[in-house]
Amino acid sequence: MALSASLNAAEERKPSRLGRVLEDRLPYLMVAPAILILLLVGLFPLIYSLIVSFQRITMTENDTSFVGLLNYAELFKDTRLWTSLGHTAIITVIALPLELLIGFLMAQLFVDRMPGRQLFVALLVLPTVISPIVAGATWRLMFDVRFGPIGQILSFFAGEPVRILWTVNPAYVYPAIIICEVWQWSPFMFLLLLAALSNVDQSQLEAAEIDGASYLRVLRGIVLPAIAPVIAVACLIRGLDLVRIFDIIWALTEGGPGSMTETISLYTYVQGFSQFETSYTAAISFLVIALLTLITTLVLKRMELAR
Amino acid sequence: MRIGRLPARKARILTIRYLGAGAVTLLFLFPVYWLFMISFKTPDEIYHVPPLWIPGQIQFSNYYVLFKDGDVLAILNSLIVAGVSSGIAIVLGTLCAYSLARFGTGGENLAMWIISQRMIPPIAVVFPIFLIYVYFGLVDGYFGLILLYTAFNLPYVIWMMRGYIVDVPLELEESALVDGLNRWEVIWKVVFPMVRPGLMATSVFTFVFAWNDFLFALVLTRTEVITFPVMLTHYFGGQSNFWAKIAAMSVLGTLPIFVAVSVMQRYLVRGISLGAVKG
Repeated sequence: MALSASLNAAEERKPSRLGRVLEDRLPYLMVAPAILILLLVGLFPLIYSLIVSFQRITMTENDTSFVGLLNYAELFKDTRLWTSLGHTAIITVIALPLELLIGFLMAQLFVDRMPGRQLFVALLVLPTVISPIVAGATWRLMFDVRFGPIGQILSFFAGEPVRILWTVNPAYVYPAIIICEVWQWSPFMFLLLLAALSNVDQSQLEAAEIDGASYLRVLRGIVLPAIAPVIAVACLIRGLDLVRIFDIIWALTEGGPGSMTETISLYTYVQGFSQFETSYTAAISFLVIALLTLITTLVLKRMELAR
Repeated sequence: MRIGRLPARKARILTIRYLGAGAVTLLFLFPVYWLFMISFKTPDEIYHVPPLWIPGQIQFSNYYVLFKDGDVLAILNSLIVAGVSSGIAIVLGTLCAYSLARFGTGGENLAMWIISQRMIPPIAVVFPIFLIYVYFGLVDGYFGLILLYTAFNLPYVIWMMRGYIVDVPLELEESALVDGLNRWEVIWKVVFPMVRPGLMATSVFTFVFAWNDFLFALVLTRTEVITFPVMLTHYFGGQSNFWAKIAAMSVLGTLPIFVAVSVMQRYLVRGISLGAVKG
């Protein structure tokens, strides 16, 4: 209010000067609102959370005295935490290469122009853009032991009734999660790699073809080096997403049976919102941030080296 | 790769590619088909053993129930929250991106800080945000969610749009300035038309991100402003999954995304790839 009033006053007196002042400050004026929101919603909670993590606030107690690194020391003794990190790692390490491979094969299939390609690509985008919760719900329906089609299809091929309790049986619950995850995100890899493959230098490929180079040689010598940066970025994006996987597991298993499929995000959620271990949850959050920062830095370093 | 000069071989390869394309598409769309079909089945058909691949008749009672019970309000909430927040993020983010791209405001450091905001895992900030929201009474309201999704999407918009704006030839803007247009006119009349495809793709993705968010909405909504993914999980419950509702709600909740993505189809691949390559 005060600002606009003074601006109006300035305008009445010397419009040209105001114009100049605004023009001078324009770069900052344009940046300000966005930065303000990011500070407010991004940085402020982090700082607040950092303070809380050095206190001892729980559902029953509101002990705001500082206890140093006590909460962080607790992290090391928390076996459920480390188990959940293990679950996260298993899913990431299996799903990521699968998504990359399937995405690459799909991209290979569509890289040359063919009538109707646009339509295929448009349809194949669908799994990637729907909500992960919908993806999880869909596969929960698909996997159902009695009313789902997966069992029926498997029975058809096996020649005998196959009854698998996908989301309950410990042996099948990870395959179930990974199938859903790979189904949803392979098309994402596909889109990225399709764009990358389309940009590979055609004259190089033609030259290799004239030389009679085998498919694998062309792949190793020309195609892979050309698309390596995109592969690296795609893996980074998907890797970070997989490490914080939450929605799909929530919809499929809710972390169960027991806490068999509890990932670090689910565990953090449980600590924060059903146990209400406020300070401890804050400490876990910073562990997660530290881990992700470490991974990102390592991957980015490798990318720099590869260049 | 364009291998094979013989027409016969070419035709055979094309046939194989079409077969492959068809198989892949069937495989990836089958779950969607299944969901879609369940949304039209009667309870008897849903719980039929063995499962029916085609419903006896297309009936809309599963959708009717959602309207009657007021569950569709969740879709409306999602539309409001995702729509408003991506609108704000696009406007503020594009302004910021222009400043970063053209004036180099804050240098490389500010740009890096902005993108690093995007890398923070939601689970790490959702809890402190929840505590702060409780303190300020922002839980279960439109404003809180809109603010959050705006902040969540800003780094993405800024990063994408900065890339697009840098690609606009500087000479165009300079000559427009010389012609007597002021900075806003230059942005509106010169830059905006050139970055419009990028802007479209970015808008779709910000909308989709906000639309699909589950974690923030789960934590920050109660009864008033339940969004569609949260509503969907309300139907889960041990043995008694309300599958008819889950399927119908999923279809309704995917419709807006499907429409947005179809309309913007030609901008999307470029949008995804640029976002990934430049980000």
